[in-house]
Parts: sequence; structure tokens; C-alpha cells
Amino acid sequence: MLELIVYGIIYGSIIALGAIGVTLIYGILRFANFAHGDLMSLGAYMALFLIQVLFPMLGVPQERFGGTSFGWPLILALPLAAAGTALVAIALDQFFYRPLRVRRASPVILAMASLGAAFIVRNLIYIFWGPDKINYFPGLVRPAWQLPFEVRLRPDELIIFGVALVLVVSLYLFLQKTKLGKAMRATADNPDLARITGINTEWVRIWTWIIGAGLAAIAGILYGVNALLYPEMGWGFLLPLFAAAILGTVGNPYGALVGGLIIGIVQRFSTLWLNPAYQPAVAFLVLIVVLLVRPQGLFGGRS
Amino acid sequence: MELKRLLVLGAMAILGGWLLSFFGRSRRTSVLLFVVGAALVGMGIAVASEGWVDYLVTPAIAAVIYAILSVGLNVQWGLTGLFNIGIAAFFAVGAFTSAMITKEMPTGLAAEYIKQLFGWGLPFPAGIVGAMVISGVIALFIGLLTLRLREDYLAIATIGIAESLRLVFQNERWLANGPQPLPGIPKPLFCLVEDPPCVWLPGFLKDWFAPLDSRDYEAILLVLLTIALLVIFVLLQQVVHSPWGRVLRAIREDEVAAAMCGKNVFSCKVQAFVLGACVMGGAGALFTASVSTIDFGLFHPMSYTFLVWVMLMAGGSGNQKGAVFGAFAIWAIWTGTTFLSDQLVPFQFKTQVFYVRYMLVGLLLIMILLFRPRGILPEEKGGGQ
Repeated sequence: MLELIVYGIIYGSIIALGAIGVTLIYGILRFANFAHGDLMSLGAYMALFLIQVLFPMLGVPQERFGGTSFGWPLILALPLAAAGTALVAIALDQFFYRPLRVRRASPVILAMASLGAAFIVRNLIYIFWGPDKINYFPGLVRPAWQLPFEVRLRPDELIIFGVALVLVVSLYLFLQKTKLGKAMRATADNPDLARITGINTEWVRIWTWIIGAGLAAIAGILYGVNALLYPEMGWGFLLPLFAAAILGTVGNPYGALVGGLIIGIVQRFSTLWLNPAYQPAVAFLVLIVVLLVRPQGLFGGRS
Repeated sequence: MELKRLLVLGAMAILGGWLLSFFGRSRRTSVLLFVVGAALVGMGIAVASEGWVDYLVTPAIAAVIYAILSVGLNVQWGLTGLFNIGIAAFFAVGAFTSAMITKEMPTGLAAEYIKQLFGWGLPFPAGIVGAMVISGVIALFIGLLTLRLREDYLAIATIGIAESLRLVFQNERWLANGPQPLPGIPKPLFCLVEDPPCVWLPGFLKDWFAPLDSRDYEAILLVLLTIALLVIFVLLQQVVHSPWGRVLRAIREDEVAAAMCGKNVFSCKVQAFVLGACVMGGAGALFTASVSTIDFGLFHPMSYTFLVWVMLMAGGSGNQKGAVFGAFAIWAIWTGTTFLSDQLVPFQFKTQVFYVRYMLVGLLLIMILLFRPRGILPEEKGGGQ
């Protein structure tokens, strides 16, 4: 039982990192970004390129900490892949979404464009890396620790949670303490009012992509560390991401965090009764319940 | 001329003339273009070699099925503005429902290997009706759940139902043979190519169909599907021009205004969503006739959700003619590039080329949204006519 909660929290923290991006983009750019899952895959594959091709060429030391996958390669790959993914997201925005926005296209049209972008990104991954399932560090033995209360945990999983926690805390500080963070929250709350008060909303949008795509990339890498990389991995995350964002009220990053953890725990718990293959469907089930009972989400005042 | 070529020629000439007639601005030019198109295609098929006729029939069948899907999506998106990303699921559910309604329960040794929920052995029309009903019921459920909420929640829910159904079909063996293909689906009118032919056929037609053998079935199917497409098109054309169709367009343009006019926006949206899903389910039933086995892997969202979207958007959403034309045009490009890449690309890049084409389709969708949002055949004012 406790073990499932622990696994759920770890998996949920990965979902939360993705869902925060979904909810910020939903709130600030006002559309459902169906390419978000594929940005997660893109980040994970960029890290793969760094770890398996670029870093060995540059002679980055390969030692790792204890029984983990984490060493210089992965630690360097996290920010670099996040930056790379953010650049791709900004490029997608400048070339595809911005012209539509300028034309005042409806949110559904932007969502459709994001579906097209998702296809472009996913197929680029297929083109460069092929359809196989890939491991960051093939052949690496990663024994699990035996903790009290019959919890088995790999050191990797603890670090995954740690990384997620650090990112969420920094995001909290950023949104609460910095001027830009406050501007972002204001834009999410009411874009017209934000513009009137002199907030540069275009700049806010760029930062939304940087944060959203960066967190998505890191979520993708952390998932890859815990499991395997494959081109459709991000697409499989789309349902949990949106379920978490809607559960935690669209536009509310802290809600997305809570939503992600809940979805993660519910998904892991469902394996007690259900075939583990059904976990995305479980996220969908949660989404149905939310839409039926409380469509405005846990933290929404009115519908 | 042998009967098979005649059947293919008839179906393709009608399709070719029809597609060209869409570009006529008046009734007269449309008729003229129809005649020109039909004559050109007809002559082409008449002089083509046997191999080419065979080569063309299979993609033509697929194109007609895509056209039905595209027309179904047009009811949801083109008319009403409902964003459905689960087309493949409605299509697949229709296919599986129809397959199980028309095929018998496996017996003897086969029962060990083929599991299915039911098998009624009913005639094909029952399969089509069943497929439409089940797809419609699923659409009703999603529609009631999401159509009162923000408009993109529908899209998320359709992804959800599509992925969930995929998981159920791939993991539950008892339902429709799980990950294994479901074989032995009867083909409608297959008895025409059998020896002896269908018992119900009048005597002179028996002689007429006698030269066909089972390899010629695709020609029969193409004729059957062409008729199905024309019937669906005409029926939906009635819907588009009905007062109800006008309400749908009003909702698409301005929901609040439509509600102010006393229209029940929610109910109309649900009806439109269900109607479109019924058409997609029906397309699934027709699809089973073109394959010998089905498994859920066939119904990949890349091929049956995304491509259909590109077809409708390229053709011209809101315009049924555009939906049909887009399906044929994009399918022609799609199979044409398959053919070209098979011929030109060196062996070691084959898999890459496959994904490059999908990537270009994604790019094409965005380019349409950016530069030609109304498509090749834009919606006519007042819905045409």
C-alpha cells in the first residue's frame, strides 16, 4: 500500500511537471496545447543525444553517484535539453501560433495547430531516433533499496522526486516573488486587464513557453530515467497531463501540482485491481468524474 | 470488355466526373465538367492495362472510405465547430461492431483461438445499422459529458475515449480477440463472385456475373462503396440545407446569438456530434468489407484521425463537396508519394521516408490553417445550392 503511494507520488511529480506547463499555456495563451506530451518526448530524446553522442565526444566524465543513473551526463543534460526544448517551443509559437493569434483565431484552431505541431515533433523523433525503445544507460544495474514498511525504492526515484520538488519550489518563488511571475499570474487571470496595466503580454507568452516547455523536457527526461524512451511516450502522457490540469483548475499551476500527484497516486493504486496497461484510461476516468462533479476543478471558484 | 473492368470503369468515371463537377460555378458548367471528367477517367480505365486497373482499385476503395469519414467529420467540425480527435475510435468501434454482428460465433477448434463477445451472423445491413448505433451511443455519452463545458474539453474527451477504447480492445481477449486479429468477417455480396452465385439472383444476372471470380470482388466492393458514398452525401446534403443545418451553422458562428434566438445550443451540438459519429461508425462497417481480418492496430490515429482532419481542412470544412474532394486529393497525394518513395528512395532510408511523409502532413495542416483556412472548395454562402 505505502509502496504504491510512494510510486504514485514519484510518477505524479513527473505528471505535475508536465501539467504545470499545460495549465500555464492554457491560462496564458488560452488554448489546449496537444503538443505538450510530444515536447516531453523531445526533451527526453535531446538528453539522449547529449548523453550518448555529444558528451562522450566532449569527454564529459561518466562516473555516477552510487547506484543511480545520475552523474555529470544527466545533470548537464537536464538544463541543456530543457533549453533546447524551450527554443523549439518558442519557434513553434513564432512560426505557427503567433500568426494565428494575431488573426484572432479561435482557441480551437490553435489547438488544432498544436495537434499538427505534435505530429511534426513526434515524427522528427521517429526520423532521427527510430521507433525502438531506448535506455539512457543500457546495461546499468540499478538495485533497489529496501526501506521500512516494505517499500522498495531505487535511488533514482528519490532523486526524481527531489528534482521535481526543487523545480516546483523555484517555480513557486518565481511566480510569487518576481515581477515577471506576477505578470504571468495576472495575464492568466485576465489577459485584457493585464495588457491595460502595462504588462508586455508578448514577453509573458515567451516566458510561458520557456517555463512550460522546459518543465516538460525535464519531466520527459525523468520519466526516461525511470523507464524507457520511445517516440509515443509523450502522447501517452497527454491524458494524465490534461486530467491533472483540469482537476487542479485550468490556469492554476499549484492546482496542476496537486492534480498531478492525485492522478499519479490514483493511477498507481488502480494497478491493485486493474491491468497496469489501463493506467492512461484511469486518468481518463478521473477526468470524467471531474467533468461530471466539478468541471471547474478543485480550486475553481465558479464554473 | 470484361465485366470487372466495366464495373471499375463505371464507379471511377462517376467519381471522377463528380469530383470535377464540384468546380463548376453554375449547374450548367457542373454538368459539363461532370461529363468531361467522367469521359476522361472512363477512357483512361478503358485503355489501361489489366495490372493498372487492379493497382487502382485498392486505393480507390480506401479513398471512398476516407471520403465518408471526412463527410462525417464535416457534420461535426465543418457545420457545428466540434473538435473531435477520436475519429479513429468511432471508425474502429463501427468496424468491430459490424464484424461481430455479421460473423458467426467461432465453433470447434477455432473457438479456442478466436474469442469474441457475440457473433450473430446477420446480413451486412444489420452490421451497418449496429455500427452506427454503437458509435452514436459512445458519441452521445461524450457529448452529454462535455458539450456544456469549454469547447476544447470535447477534444480532450475524444482523445480519452479513443485511447481508452484502444487499451480495452487490445487487452481484453473476450471482447474481440484482443491483440489478435479477428478473422472471417463476411463480405457483403461476396456471393456474386462465387460459383454458383447468390441464390436470390435472377437468372439472367447469374449468367452476367458468372465470369467473375473471387479475385474480382474488389470491383464489386468499389461499386458498392461508391453508391454508399453518394447516398450518404445526398442524405447529408438534405441535412445541411434543412432548418436544423442552419441552426448548426448559426451555433458555429455565434453560440450566444443562436441561444438568444431560442435555439437549444447544447441539444443541437449533441445531435450533430452523434450524427457525425454515426457516419464514422458506418464507414467502419463498410471498411470491414475491404479487409479480411481486423485488429485494433489497423485503426491508428495517425491514419484515421489525423489524415481525415487534413482531408477536411484541405478540401474546405463546412462544404460537403470540399470534404469529399479533400479526401480524394489528399489520399491521391498520400498514395502517390508512397508509390514514388517506393520507386526512388534507397532501401536504407525507407523507414525515415515513412515518417517524413507523416511530418509533412502535420506541416500541411498548419499551412492550411495559416494560409488557406477555408480550404480548396470554401463553404458557399448559405450552405450552397
